[in-house]
Amino acid sequence: MSDFIANLQAWFEVVRYPAGAAVSLAGALLCMVGTIGVMRFPDFYTRLHAASITDTSGATLVLIGMALMAPGWLIVAKLLTIFLFMFFTSPTASHAVANAAHTAGLQPLIGPINGRRNREEDSQ
Amino acid sequence: MAYFLGLFVALVAFWLGMSGHYTPLLLCLGSVSVALCLILAYRLDLIDSEGSPYGRMLGFSLYFPWLMKEIIKANWTVIQACLRADLDIAPALVKVKSVCRSDLAKVTFANSITLTPGTVTVAIEGDKLLVHGLYEQDSQPEAFAEMDRRSARAIDGRGATT
Amino acid sequence: MTAAALIAILLGMVLLLIRTLLGPTLYDRVLAVNSFGTKTVLALGLLGFVMGRPEFLDIAILYALINFVSTIAILKFFRYRSFQVPLTGRTGTGGQGGKRNV
Repeated sequence: MSDFIANLQAWFEVVRYPAGAAVSLAGALLCMVGTIGVMRFPDFYTRLHAASITDTSGATLVLIGMALMAPGWLIVAKLLTIFLFMFFTSPTASHAVANAAHTAGLQPLIGPINGRRNREEDSQ
Repeated sequence: MAYFLGLFVALVAFWLGMSGHYTPLLLCLGSVSVALCLILAYRLDLIDSEGSPYGRMLGFSLYFPWLMKEIIKANWTVIQACLRADLDIAPALVKVKSVCRSDLAKVTFANSITLTPGTVTVAIEGDKLLVHGLYEQDSQPEAFAEMDRRSARAIDGRGATT
Repeated sequence: MTAAALIAILLGMVLLLIRTLLGPTLYDRVLAVNSFGTKTVLALGLLGFVMGRPEFLDIAILYALINFVSTIAILKFFRYRSFQVPLTGRTGTGGQGGKRNV
Protein backbone atom coordinates (compact mmCIF):
# COMPACT_ATOMS: atom_id res chain seq x y z
CA MET A 1 0.00 0.00 0.00
CA SER A 2 2.78 2.44 0.96
CA ASP A 3 4.56 1.34 -2.20
CA PHE A 4 1.53 2.33 -4.22
CA ILE A 5 1.33 5.73 -2.54
CA ALA A 6 5.06 6.30 -3.17
CA ASN A 7 4.55 5.38 -6.81
CA LEU A 8 1.64 7.76 -7.03
CA GLN A 9 3.73 10.56 -5.56
CA ALA A 10 6.58 9.92 -7.98
CA TRP A 11 4.12 9.90 -10.87
CA PHE A 12 2.59 13.16 -9.63
CA GLU A 13 6.04 14.76 -9.40
CA VAL A 14 6.72 13.83 -13.02
CA VAL A 15 3.35 14.84 -14.40
CA ARG A 16 2.55 18.01 -12.49
CA TYR A 17 4.81 20.40 -14.37
CA PRO A 18 3.48 19.67 -17.90
CA ALA A 19 -0.05 19.40 -16.56
CA GLY A 20 0.28 22.78 -14.84
CA ALA A 21 1.69 24.35 -17.99
CA ALA A 22 -1.17 22.93 -20.07
CA VAL A 23 -3.81 24.19 -17.62
CA SER A 24 -2.14 27.64 -17.60
CA LEU A 25 -2.17 27.68 -21.37
CA ALA A 26 -5.88 26.78 -21.41
CA GLY A 27 -6.59 29.63 -18.98
CA ALA A 28 -4.55 32.07 -21.07
CA LEU A 29 -6.50 31.05 -24.17
CA LEU A 30 -9.75 31.66 -22.26
CA CYS A 31 -8.42 35.13 -21.40
CA MET A 32 -7.86 35.66 -25.13
CA VAL A 33 -11.45 34.55 -25.82
CA GLY A 34 -12.72 37.07 -23.28
CA THR A 35 -10.63 39.80 -24.88
CA ILE A 36 -11.97 38.91 -28.33
CA GLY A 37 -15.45 39.23 -26.86
CA VAL A 38 -14.56 42.66 -25.47
CA MET A 39 -13.44 43.71 -28.95
CA ARG A 40 -16.45 42.27 -30.78
CA PHE A 41 -19.51 43.00 -28.67
CA PRO A 42 -21.50 46.05 -29.71
CA ASP A 43 -22.31 47.74 -26.44
CA PHE A 44 -20.79 48.54 -23.05
CA TYR A 45 -23.03 46.23 -21.02
CA THR A 46 -22.42 43.25 -23.29
CA ARG A 47 -18.66 43.87 -23.16
CA LEU A 48 -18.93 43.57 -19.39
CA HIS A 49 -20.09 39.96 -19.80
CA ALA A 50 -17.15 39.11 -22.02
CA ALA A 51 -14.72 40.68 -19.54
CA SER A 52 -16.10 38.51 -16.75
CA ILE A 53 -14.87 35.36 -18.55
CA THR A 54 -11.32 36.63 -17.99
CA ASP A 55 -12.06 37.35 -14.37
CA THR A 56 -13.57 33.96 -13.53
CA SER A 57 -12.60 30.96 -15.59
CA GLY A 58 -9.46 32.36 -17.20
CA ALA A 59 -7.90 33.58 -13.96
CA THR A 60 -8.98 30.45 -12.08
CA LEU A 61 -7.43 28.10 -14.64
CA VAL A 62 -4.16 30.06 -14.82
CA LEU A 63 -3.89 30.09 -11.03
CA ILE A 64 -4.64 26.35 -10.79
CA GLY A 65 -1.95 25.70 -13.39
CA MET A 66 0.56 27.81 -11.46
CA ALA A 67 -0.38 25.97 -8.24
CA LEU A 68 0.39 22.66 -9.99
CA MET A 69 3.80 24.02 -11.00
CA ALA A 70 4.55 25.55 -7.59
CA PRO A 71 7.78 24.48 -5.87
CA GLY A 72 6.45 24.86 -2.31
CA TRP A 73 3.35 25.25 -0.17
CA LEU A 74 4.06 28.92 0.44
CA ILE A 75 3.58 29.63 -3.27
CA VAL A 76 0.28 27.74 -3.20
CA ALA A 77 -0.82 29.91 -0.24
CA LYS A 78 0.03 33.06 -2.21
CA LEU A 79 -1.85 31.80 -5.25
CA LEU A 80 -4.85 31.03 -3.02
CA THR A 81 -4.68 34.58 -1.67
CA ILE A 82 -4.70 35.99 -5.20
CA PHE A 83 -7.60 33.71 -6.14
CA LEU A 84 -9.70 34.67 -3.11
CA PHE A 85 -8.96 38.36 -3.61
CA MET A 86 -9.89 38.31 -7.30
CA PHE A 87 -12.93 36.16 -6.50
CA PHE A 88 -14.25 38.82 -4.13
CA THR A 89 -13.18 42.02 -5.86
CA SER A 90 -13.76 41.37 -9.56
CA PRO A 91 -17.59 41.22 -9.29
CA THR A 92 -17.47 44.29 -7.07
CA ALA A 93 -15.46 46.20 -9.66
CA SER A 94 -17.77 45.01 -12.46
CA HIS A 95 -20.80 46.10 -10.47
CA ALA A 96 -19.19 49.46 -9.74
CA VAL A 97 -18.52 50.11 -13.43
CA ALA A 98 -22.01 48.94 -14.46
CA ASN A 99 -23.67 50.98 -11.73
CA ALA A 100 -21.68 54.10 -12.62
CA ALA A 101 -22.69 53.74 -16.28
CA HIS A 102 -26.33 53.16 -15.31
CA THR A 103 -26.37 56.14 -12.97
CA ALA A 104 -24.81 58.32 -15.65
CA GLY A 105 -27.67 57.35 -17.98
CA LEU A 106 -25.95 55.06 -20.47
CA GLN A 107 -28.76 53.07 -22.09
CA PRO A 108 -28.15 49.40 -22.93
CA LEU A 109 -29.05 47.87 -26.25
CA ILE A 110 -32.10 45.64 -25.73
CA GLY A 111 -33.47 42.88 -27.89
CA PRO A 112 -32.00 40.38 -30.33
CA ILE A 113 -28.80 41.55 -32.00
CA ASN A 114 -27.79 39.51 -35.01
CA GLY A 115 -24.56 40.26 -36.83
CA ARG A 116 -25.88 39.39 -40.27
CA ARG A 117 -29.01 41.53 -39.94
CA ASN A 118 -27.03 44.52 -38.67
CA ARG A 119 -24.64 44.30 -41.58
CA GLU A 120 -27.55 44.32 -44.02
CA GLU A 121 -28.98 47.35 -42.29
CA ASP A 122 -25.63 49.08 -42.50
CA SER A 123 -25.34 48.43 -46.22
CA GLN A 124 -28.75 49.86 -46.99
CA MET B 1 -14.63 39.58 21.21
CA ALA B 2 -15.14 36.61 18.90
CA TYR B 3 -14.93 38.96 15.93
CA PHE B 4 -11.71 40.39 17.36
CA LEU B 5 -10.21 36.90 17.71
CA GLY B 6 -11.30 35.97 14.20
CA LEU B 7 -9.63 39.04 12.73
CA PHE B 8 -6.49 38.36 14.80
CA VAL B 9 -6.20 34.76 13.60
CA ALA B 10 -6.79 35.82 9.99
CA LEU B 11 -4.12 38.53 10.15
CA VAL B 12 -1.55 36.21 11.76
CA ALA B 13 -2.23 33.52 9.16
CA PHE B 14 -1.91 36.10 6.39
CA TRP B 15 1.45 37.36 7.68
CA LEU B 16 2.87 33.85 8.15
CA GLY B 17 1.60 32.74 4.75
CA MET B 18 3.02 35.75 2.94
CA SER B 19 6.41 36.12 4.60
CA GLY B 20 7.98 32.63 4.62
CA HIS B 21 10.82 33.78 6.90
CA TYR B 22 10.47 32.75 10.53
CA THR B 23 13.39 34.58 12.15
CA PRO B 24 12.77 36.44 15.46
CA LEU B 25 13.17 39.88 13.87
CA LEU B 26 10.53 39.26 11.21
CA LEU B 27 8.17 37.64 13.72
CA CYS B 28 8.50 40.78 15.91
CA LEU B 29 7.77 43.01 12.92
CA GLY B 30 4.79 40.80 12.09
CA SER B 31 3.31 41.04 15.59
CA VAL B 32 3.76 44.82 15.53
CA SER B 33 1.97 45.15 12.20
CA VAL B 34 -0.85 42.81 13.30
CA ALA B 35 -1.31 44.89 16.46
CA LEU B 36 -1.31 48.10 14.39
CA CYS B 37 -3.93 46.68 12.03
CA LEU B 38 -6.14 45.61 14.95
CA ILE B 39 -5.87 49.05 16.58
CA LEU B 40 -6.70 50.79 13.31
CA ALA B 41 -9.67 48.46 12.69
CA TYR B 42 -10.94 49.15 16.21
CA ARG B 43 -10.58 52.91 15.75
CA LEU B 44 -12.41 52.70 12.42
CA ASP B 45 -15.20 50.68 14.11
CA LEU B 46 -14.71 47.85 11.63
CA ILE B 47 -14.68 44.90 14.04
CA ASP B 48 -18.21 43.59 13.59
CA SER B 49 -19.98 40.83 11.71
CA GLU B 50 -18.91 42.35 8.38
CA GLY B 51 -15.32 43.05 9.37
CA SER B 52 -14.65 39.43 10.33
CA PRO B 53 -17.32 37.22 8.79
CA TYR B 54 -15.69 33.92 9.76
CA GLY B 55 -18.72 32.51 11.58
CA ARG B 56 -20.41 32.02 8.22
CA MET B 57 -17.51 30.12 6.66
CA LEU B 58 -19.35 26.80 6.93
CA GLY B 59 -22.48 27.97 5.15
CA PHE B 60 -20.40 29.72 2.51
CA SER B 61 -18.16 26.70 1.92
CA LEU B 62 -21.30 24.66 1.22
CA TYR B 63 -22.48 27.33 -1.21
CA PHE B 64 -19.13 27.67 -2.99
CA PRO B 65 -19.07 24.37 -5.01
CA TRP B 66 -22.56 25.00 -6.34
CA LEU B 67 -21.55 28.54 -7.36
CA MET B 68 -18.46 27.20 -9.16
CA LYS B 69 -20.65 24.72 -11.07
CA GLU B 70 -22.99 27.52 -12.14
CA ILE B 71 -20.02 29.69 -13.18
CA ILE B 72 -18.59 26.93 -15.37
CA LYS B 73 -21.97 26.31 -17.03
CA ALA B 74 -22.48 30.02 -17.71
CA ASN B 75 -18.90 30.41 -18.97
CA TRP B 76 -19.54 27.89 -21.72
CA THR B 77 -22.52 29.90 -22.99
CA VAL B 78 -20.57 33.16 -23.09
CA ILE B 79 -17.51 31.56 -24.71
CA GLN B 80 -19.74 30.25 -27.49
CA ALA B 81 -21.29 33.70 -27.88
CA CYS B 82 -17.80 35.27 -28.15
CA LEU B 83 -16.49 32.86 -30.76
CA ARG B 84 -19.54 32.49 -32.99
CA ALA B 85 -18.88 33.81 -36.48
CA ASP B 86 -22.10 35.81 -36.54
CA LEU B 87 -22.91 37.82 -33.47
CA ASP B 88 -26.14 36.40 -32.06
CA ILE B 89 -27.09 37.80 -28.67
CA ALA B 90 -30.27 39.15 -27.10
CA PRO B 91 -29.43 41.46 -24.17
CA ALA B 92 -32.18 42.19 -21.67
CA LEU B 93 -32.69 44.15 -18.45
CA VAL B 94 -34.76 42.33 -15.82
CA LYS B 95 -35.85 43.17 -12.27
CA VAL B 96 -35.23 40.37 -9.77
CA LYS B 97 -36.83 40.34 -6.33
CA SER B 98 -34.64 38.86 -3.63
CA VAL B 99 -35.63 37.04 -0.43
CA CYS B 100 -32.31 37.91 1.23
CA ARG B 101 -32.77 40.03 4.34
CA SER B 102 -29.36 41.08 5.65
CA ASP B 103 -27.00 43.33 3.69
CA LEU B 104 -24.33 40.65 3.55
CA ALA B 105 -26.74 38.13 2.03
CA LYS B 106 -27.80 40.68 -0.58
CA VAL B 107 -24.16 41.39 -1.39
CA THR B 108 -23.50 37.66 -1.74
CA PHE B 109 -26.46 37.24 -4.06
CA ALA B 110 -25.58 40.28 -6.19
CA ASN B 111 -21.92 39.24 -6.39
CA SER B 112 -22.93 35.71 -7.36
CA ILE B 113 -25.03 37.11 -10.19
CA THR B 114 -22.18 39.34 -11.34
CA LEU B 115 -19.62 36.54 -11.03
CA THR B 116 -21.67 34.31 -13.31
CA PRO B 117 -20.71 35.37 -16.84
CA GLY B 118 -23.68 36.50 -18.87
CA THR B 119 -25.44 38.31 -16.05
CA VAL B 120 -24.44 41.53 -14.27
CA THR B 121 -26.16 43.29 -11.40
CA VAL B 122 -26.56 46.89 -12.51
CA ALA B 123 -28.34 48.44 -9.52
CA ILE B 124 -29.81 47.45 -6.16
CA GLU B 125 -32.89 49.20 -4.80
CA GLY B 126 -34.12 47.79 -1.51
CA ASP B 127 -34.73 44.12 -2.18
CA LYS B 128 -34.98 44.47 -5.96
CA LEU B 129 -31.99 43.93 -8.21
CA LEU B 130 -31.68 45.26 -11.74
CA VAL B 131 -29.90 42.59 -13.76
CA HIS B 132 -28.51 42.89 -17.28
CA GLY B 133 -28.33 39.55 -19.07
CA LEU B 134 -26.63 38.55 -22.30
CA TYR B 135 -29.46 36.23 -23.34
CA GLU B 136 -33.05 37.15 -22.71
CA GLN B 137 -34.20 33.54 -22.28
CA ASP B 138 -31.48 32.78 -19.70
CA SER B 139 -32.05 35.82 -17.51
CA GLN B 140 -35.68 35.58 -16.49
CA PRO B 141 -36.36 36.18 -12.77
CA GLU B 142 -37.11 32.45 -12.25
CA ALA B 143 -33.56 31.58 -13.30
CA PHE B 144 -32.16 33.35 -10.24
CA ALA B 145 -34.60 31.86 -7.71
CA GLU B 146 -32.35 28.97 -6.71
CA MET B 147 -29.22 31.13 -6.40
CA ASP B 148 -31.23 33.57 -4.29
CA ARG B 149 -32.49 30.81 -2.01
CA ARG B 150 -29.06 29.25 -1.63
CA SER B 151 -27.21 32.49 -0.87
CA ALA B 152 -29.89 33.49 1.65
CA ARG B 153 -29.50 30.12 3.35
CA ALA B 154 -25.70 30.32 3.28
CA ILE B 155 -25.51 33.74 4.91
CA ASP B 156 -28.71 34.28 6.89
CA GLY B 157 -28.85 30.72 8.23
CA ARG B 158 -31.28 27.91 7.64
CA GLY B 159 -34.36 29.73 8.87
CA ALA B 160 -34.06 32.49 6.27
CA THR B 161 -36.22 30.84 3.63
CA THR B 162 -39.53 29.41 4.70
CA MET C 1 4.30 25.91 -22.71
CA THR C 2 4.23 28.38 -19.84
CA ALA C 3 5.91 30.88 -22.14
CA ALA C 4 3.12 30.28 -24.69
CA ALA C 5 0.55 31.04 -21.99
CA LEU C 6 2.44 34.25 -21.14
CA ILE C 7 2.50 35.27 -24.81
CA ALA C 8 -1.25 34.60 -25.14
CA ILE C 9 -1.95 36.82 -22.14
CA LEU C 10 0.31 39.56 -23.53
CA LEU C 11 -1.55 39.43 -26.85
CA GLY C 12 -4.81 39.80 -24.93
CA MET C 13 -3.35 42.84 -23.17
CA VAL C 14 -2.46 44.42 -26.51
CA LEU C 15 -6.05 43.89 -27.75
CA LEU C 16 -7.38 45.44 -24.53
CA LEU C 17 -5.14 48.48 -25.06
CA ILE C 18 -6.75 48.91 -28.48
CA ARG C 19 -10.17 48.78 -26.82
CA THR C 20 -8.98 51.34 -24.26
CA LEU C 21 -7.94 53.71 -27.04
CA LEU C 22 -11.06 53.12 -29.17
CA GLY C 23 -13.67 52.76 -26.42
CA PRO C 24 -16.57 55.04 -27.31
CA THR C 25 -17.51 55.83 -23.72
CA LEU C 26 -15.53 56.42 -20.55
CA TYR C 27 -16.93 53.23 -19.02
CA ASP C 28 -15.58 51.07 -21.85
CA ARG C 29 -12.16 52.45 -21.08
CA VAL C 30 -12.49 51.84 -17.35
CA LEU C 31 -13.68 48.29 -18.03
CA ALA C 32 -10.76 47.65 -20.37
CA VAL C 33 -8.26 49.05 -17.87
CA ASN C 34 -9.72 46.88 -15.10
CA SER C 35 -9.51 43.78 -17.27
CA PHE C 36 -5.98 44.82 -18.26
CA GLY C 37 -5.07 44.87 -14.57
CA THR C 38 -6.44 41.36 -14.05
CA LYS C 39 -4.37 40.15 -16.98
CA THR C 40 -1.31 41.96 -15.60
CA VAL C 41 -1.65 40.00 -12.35
CA LEU C 42 -1.78 36.71 -14.27
CA ALA C 43 1.10 37.77 -16.54
CA LEU C 44 3.29 38.71 -13.56
CA GLY C 45 2.66 35.31 -11.97
CA LEU C 46 3.43 33.46 -15.19
CA LEU C 47 6.55 35.59 -15.76
CA GLY C 48 7.79 34.48 -12.34
CA PHE C 49 7.28 30.85 -13.29
CA VAL C 50 8.93 31.28 -16.70
CA MET C 51 11.98 32.89 -15.10
CA GLY C 52 12.02 30.35 -12.28
CA ARG C 53 11.49 32.97 -9.61
CA PRO C 54 8.00 32.60 -8.07
CA GLU C 55 8.72 35.57 -5.79
CA PHE C 56 7.05 37.63 -8.51
CA LEU C 57 3.78 36.51 -6.94
CA ASP C 58 4.23 39.10 -4.18
CA ILE C 59 4.20 41.82 -6.82
CA ALA C 60 1.14 40.16 -8.38
CA ILE C 61 -0.73 40.29 -5.05
CA LEU C 62 0.16 43.96 -4.67
CA TYR C 63 -0.99 44.66 -8.22
CA ALA C 64 -4.32 42.91 -7.58
CA LEU C 65 -4.89 45.18 -4.55
CA ILE C 66 -3.94 48.36 -6.44
CA ASN C 67 -6.03 47.39 -9.46
CA PHE C 68 -9.26 47.17 -7.48
CA VAL C 69 -8.68 50.38 -5.57
CA SER C 70 -7.70 52.30 -8.71
CA THR C 71 -10.86 51.20 -10.56
CA ILE C 72 -13.04 52.42 -7.71
CA ALA C 73 -11.03 55.65 -7.44
CA ILE C 74 -11.32 56.42 -11.16
CA LEU C 75 -15.08 55.82 -11.08
CA LYS C 76 -15.50 57.95 -7.98
CA PHE C 77 -13.48 60.75 -9.48
CA PHE C 78 -15.50 60.84 -12.70
CA ARG C 79 -18.74 60.70 -10.73
CA TYR C 80 -18.00 63.54 -8.32
CA ARG C 81 -14.97 65.26 -9.94
CA SER C 82 -13.31 65.09 -6.54
CA PHE C 83 -11.83 62.55 -4.15
CA GLN C 84 -13.02 64.52 -1.11
CA VAL C 85 -16.64 63.33 -1.14
CA PRO C 86 -17.82 60.77 1.44
CA LEU C 87 -19.37 57.73 -0.21
CA THR C 88 -22.20 57.27 2.32
CA GLY C 89 -25.82 58.27 1.83
CA ARG C 90 -25.67 58.75 -1.92
CA THR C 91 -28.60 57.95 -4.17
CA GLY C 92 -28.70 55.46 -6.97
CA THR C 93 -27.12 52.44 -5.34
CA GLY C 94 -29.90 51.96 -2.81
CA GLY C 95 -29.40 49.80 0.22
CA GLN C 96 -29.05 51.64 3.47
CA GLY C 97 -26.13 53.71 2.26
CA GLY C 98 -23.60 53.62 5.08
CA LYS C 99 -24.80 51.41 7.86
CA ARG C 100 -23.38 53.77 10.47
CA ASN C 101 -25.13 56.68 8.84
CA VAL C 102 -27.37 57.54 11.80
